[in-house]
Amino acid sequence: MVNRRSEWWDGVKQGIPIACGYFFVSFTFGILGASLGFRWWESVLISMTNLTSAGQVAGVRTIAAGGSIAELALSQLVINLRYSLMGISLSQNTDDDFTGVKRATLGFGITDEIYAVAVNRPTPVSSWFFLGLMTLPYFGWSLGTLAGALFGGILPASVTDVMTLAIYGMFIAIVLPKAKAERGVLVVVELAAAVSCALYFAPIFSKIPSGFAIIICAVLAAALGALWFPVPEIGGGGDA
Amino acid sequence: MRNFFVYAIVMMAVAYIVRAVPFTAFRRKVKNRFVRSFLYYVPYAVLTAMTVPAAWFATSSIAVCSCGLCVAMLLAYRGRGLVTVSLGACAGAFAMMLLMRFVP
Repeated sequence: MVNRRSEWWDGVKQGIPIACGYFFVSFTFGILGASLGFRWWESVLISMTNLTSAGQVAGVRTIAAGGSIAELALSQLVINLRYSLMGISLSQNTDDDFTGVKRATLGFGITDEIYAVAVNRPTPVSSWFFLGLMTLPYFGWSLGTLAGALFGGILPASVTDVMTLAIYGMFIAIVLPKAKAERGVLVVVELAAAVSCALYFAPIFSKIPSGFAIIICAVLAAALGALWFPVPEIGGGGDA
Repeated sequence: MRNFFVYAIVMMAVAYIVRAVPFTAFRRKVKNRFVRSFLYYVPYAVLTAMTVPAAWFATSSIAVCSCGLCVAMLLAYRGRGLVTVSLGACAGAFAMMLLMRFVP
């Protein structure tokens, strides 16, 4: 039996840098929402119920453009589908107590960054650790959106323009150290980048929506990586 | 904007279902080594596909993006955390923007 308090506290501590990053990134989401005509509480409500960067950005753009419900649902499904893969992946590294209702509720907290921290944990992930891990990022994401929606307009356009890079900085911070450490991840990253560029720049692929392009890249690169660099242990890498 | 709540509920439902259902339904450990490896590599592939090349077109100038992203990659390579790397990306981009504005 795990020590609940120490597990929870360990999760909270590991969530601090994610929460700071989220505050900053969701601040830019709040600005985006305001610029598209959303009221502050609408942007905050979306952040509190979605907790997903790329999905929310695509979502508010679709809503602001007057897109249909079907278009919204489909684009959200494709963009957020990676969380299904992450959920299955994470389900391989949870302790015996983390099942049923706990998974159905805390599963809401699966994001790129929270997943990355949880799946890299050397011991099986307990529900208490996961709850602690998602707590501060959740508030960081919600409060950042609130701050951005209310005060973003004060900042000059040049500042908000460069702030859109924050989210990509966060992605780089997750991927690059892992690619540096493991040859398998490095090859997967190179493949994904190459396929993504091909889909983006080649005219014959220009009809593919970006959400689908991400799925195509991910499945192709991860499948080839799994073929060439199969991982020996759960949570372990190619030749780590 | 009249249908805001309908839109919001659809977004929430999709975001919740794609996460919670697979996470809750998968009880057994995946034995197959290929599937396990595939799942291990997926997040890195997804994040890379979202960043390359989209991040280079995120601001109004490719040069500004490149500078910010180079700073971010350098910091990440040296093992800095999420916040440092994110701030570095913005700072690098901002520096380039100033440079382009004031140096003809």
